Amino acid sequence: MKPRMFFGGILILCGALAIGNASAATETSEHTLKNGLRVIVKEDHRAPVVASMVWYRAGSIDEVSGTTGVAHVLEHMMFKGTRSVPAGQFSKIIAAAGGKENAFTNTDYTAYFQQLHKSKLPLAMKLEADRMANLNLSDREFAKEIKVVMEERRLRTEDQPHSLMYEKLMAAALQASPYRWPVIGWMDDLEHMTADDARAWYKRWYAPNNAILVVAGDVKPKEVFALAERYYGPLKARPLPTRKPQLEGAQTGIKRITVKAPAELPALLMGYRAPVLHDPEHDWEPYALEVLTGVLDGNPAARLNKALVLDEKLASSVGASYDSVARGPGMIFLDGTPSEGRTVAELEAGIRAQIDKVIQDGVTEEELQRVKAQVVAAEVFKRDSVFYQAMQIGMLEAAGIPHRSIDLQVRKLQEVTADQVREVAKKYFNDDGLTVAVLDPQPLDAKKPMPAMKGMRHGG
Amino acid sequence: MVARTYFKICCAYVIRGRALLGILVYLSCALRFVRSVLPQLTCARYDFEVASKNMLRTIYWLCVVFAGFYAAGAQAVLPIQHWQAASGAQVYFVENHDLPMIDLSIDFPAGSGYDSKEKAGLAALTQHALKLGAAGLSEDEIAKRVADVGAMLGGRFDFDRAGLSLRTLSSARERDQALDVMQRMLQLPEFPADAVEREKARIVSGIKEEDTKPESISDRAFYQMIYGAHPYALRSDGEVDTVAALTRDDLLDFYRRHYLARNAVVAIMGDISRQEAERIVEGLTAALPKSDTVAVLPAVTPLAAGEVRKIPHPASQSHILLGAPGVKRSDPDYYALYVGNYILGGGGFASRLTEEVREKRGYAYSVYSYFMPLQETGPFQIGLQTKKEQAEQALKVVHETLHDFLTKGPTAQELEKAKQNIVNGFALRIDSNKKIQEYLSAIGFYKLPLNYLDTFIPNIEKVSLADIRAAFKRHLDPDRMVTVIVGAVEEQNK
Repeated sequence: MKPRMFFGGILILCGALAIGNASAATETSEHTLKNGLRVIVKEDHRAPVVASMVWYRAGSIDEVSGTTGVAHVLEHMMFKGTRSVPAGQFSKIIAAAGGKENAFTNTDYTAYFQQLHKSKLPLAMKLEADRMANLNLSDREFAKEIKVVMEERRLRTEDQPHSLMYEKLMAAALQASPYRWPVIGWMDDLEHMTADDARAWYKRWYAPNNAILVVAGDVKPKEVFALAERYYGPLKARPLPTRKPQLEGAQTGIKRITVKAPAELPALLMGYRAPVLHDPEHDWEPYALEVLTGVLDGNPAARLNKALVLDEKLASSVGASYDSVARGPGMIFLDGTPSEGRTVAELEAGIRAQIDKVIQDGVTEEELQRVKAQVVAAEVFKRDSVFYQAMQIGMLEAAGIPHRSIDLQVRKLQEVTADQVREVAKKYFNDDGLTVAVLDPQPLDAKKPMPAMKGMRHGG
Repeated sequence: MVARTYFKICCAYVIRGRALLGILVYLSCALRFVRSVLPQLTCARYDFEVASKNMLRTIYWLCVVFAGFYAAGAQAVLPIQHWQAASGAQVYFVENHDLPMIDLSIDFPAGSGYDSKEKAGLAALTQHALKLGAAGLSEDEIAKRVADVGAMLGGRFDFDRAGLSLRTLSSARERDQALDVMQRMLQLPEFPADAVEREKARIVSGIKEEDTKPESISDRAFYQMIYGAHPYALRSDGEVDTVAALTRDDLLDFYRRHYLARNAVVAIMGDISRQEAERIVEGLTAALPKSDTVAVLPAVTPLAAGEVRKIPHPASQSHILLGAPGVKRSDPDYYALYVGNYILGGGGFASRLTEEVREKRGYAYSVYSYFMPLQETGPFQIGLQTKKEQAEQALKVVHETLHDFLTKGPTAQELEKAKQNIVNGFALRIDSNKKIQEYLSAIGFYKLPLNYLDTFIPNIEKVSLADIRAAFKRHLDPDRMVTVIVGAVEEQNK
């Protein structure tokens, strides 16, 4: 029905709880090489496998106008060969070793990973270390791969009305922060990107002192540190450019945009500016916002679904999400699709009524406990995935939040009170920091007359 | 039912939807998280951007179709316990106390293959409606009781199977409360008329939305073309008119005929004793419907001829699907086709399709092929999306790649690499409770031998070049395949 963003947010914040052997579940070992590469090891000996990830603190937030999307383009190029490994061979070597590998780029980071039998960890590390320093970024490979990236943009964004709506909302909501452009970049920037843009990016950010190696699985920390020393140790640290803060100023009034795209149903996306986590010990608002999101949309009986989908039948789907871990500005998102015969305006009013209810009457102890129970359980469930455990460490560290604060964060979540939830609702569900995007569905056949934007459409 | 996706995650490589994306299995427990917390990630290779339905299908494909390949580590056999409950349900169980949690599922042969054209969507709605009220609990109470103990209640729905799944903490209070809810849903569903009507309206609006998306339009046409009058042709959600006409009585009737105790397959993995497992299964299945008549899927008729269908769409890319009915789960050619398809289009960057279409020419972000073995003959499909102006060229490359593969087969070196991947990657295939549980469920449902895992590697290793050529020849005829192009450029220009 919709992504359960809430769990995600909570999961990120979570470490082990006082269930079972909590400390063993979150314990990690860490070592920093002389060249600045941080190595974090999470032991999990349940199966003879390992997940190895390298996280670079270089994402779309580090880009500048005109070359948006270059972080992601470089990620693609990282599979295109080094001085000793020909283009395309990285993936094939890992495949022959029985491994799986991929990479992903986000606003705050670019990450590369392999999952393999533990005996293949040295191979993965050797290859990954090699491309940290020795990438052979040829014009020929770039020319082909940039086309692939444009196909990716068409697939994921251009032809996806809801992705377009999100993209345009961010671009409207933010002005100074690079969060305003999409991770994949603007199409025009991709069309004009050059191999030199990618090379410059690589030179600027791909250095051991801008990376974190996270290894989770059936390994001993000492062995991992030794391997890291062997393969990454010889790489040279490089001075990193100064990161300009590019902070987003306060929003000074509501913004509204309309996005037209071929679709059947209208949709609504509301984004409220919100804080993110900086100091896990002393911050409290991000925790309260996580819990608030859970009360609104943490399960099918949570407020938004219960009121707007089940009872009032105003929406065919509705959701809330908030991610407290980010290098850039935070947002609380509320989204939904009105039921047939209802309008986005009615849906917005319905969502606002639910927000007002939290602000006026607060939340119940029962609701709080429910959210907290889910946090506790999610902490246990996450231990079923070696990959996820590595992912959680990497995401926190990439955002500058120590992964060792995971337990603390879980405790802080447990301490959130009903008053705090009400207080953050009151403070951040504020029209001055709100941007509203509406998807105005267009007929597939452009020859047909466009229906009036009423949210009520029959046929079409 | 409208999936909301604001994904920005960019990856190097996507194998879309129903393709063979091993990674999604890994991510299956992290999936919610990936799809949500990281709405912005763009990945090198895998598509996290899958609508809920597709996601189910994807996971199904991974876990069922290739369940065998997500099998036990070579060095250790999974100690699978199997018994028949007094109710008649078949139970598959692995006891493991590493983590204080339990994964459990119960499935029935009640997927969309058991729908009729007139009532398309009934099977899916029945499964979906189990959560709308049961044994005195409202849908609201069901959701709250599950959430109160931090459990995750889900379900499986595909062509063959329908059922419920549960992930819960193993501590008594949490476990018992979650199981109590599941027990009621399975055995005393109420299908309250007002909630059913509301869900019908949501499904209908979801169908209308799907009918505007190129990926859904191509998918629907593909299945209609390769399956004709067979129920595998039916869209699982149904059609606007068929769903609108469904009644509470239809749901009750479907439930009574298909959610039979004797057909139930229960798969349990985790922190629980055999004795407790037995008790739990009795509780979950004793009061399930009983019947002497069991529905049987009709056989699939092979395609009489090839067909090309072009459907206009304003999207910037053409969505192209090629294929035909492929193979049954019980077919002895299973291993040869699996290994062969890895080489053709299942092995990501190690596959010929990716090499030719993406790596050499930059035509597509995602191109893949797969067999989806089902109870009856499941589909073989090749898929890609490409800028519509170059759709014809891309399609030509796909045809040449397929033709070359079918006529000459793979090379000895390709076969060796494929086997290395499958054999060396074996440990990854059952490295979590969730994966093992999915595997148990597939063994049970498709009646695979209990030693399936033990024989898996030998079965892969003995596949020869000749086996692959012969198997592809038996199952695929290039002259009798369909092609769907949604968003073909000539239609655009009209």
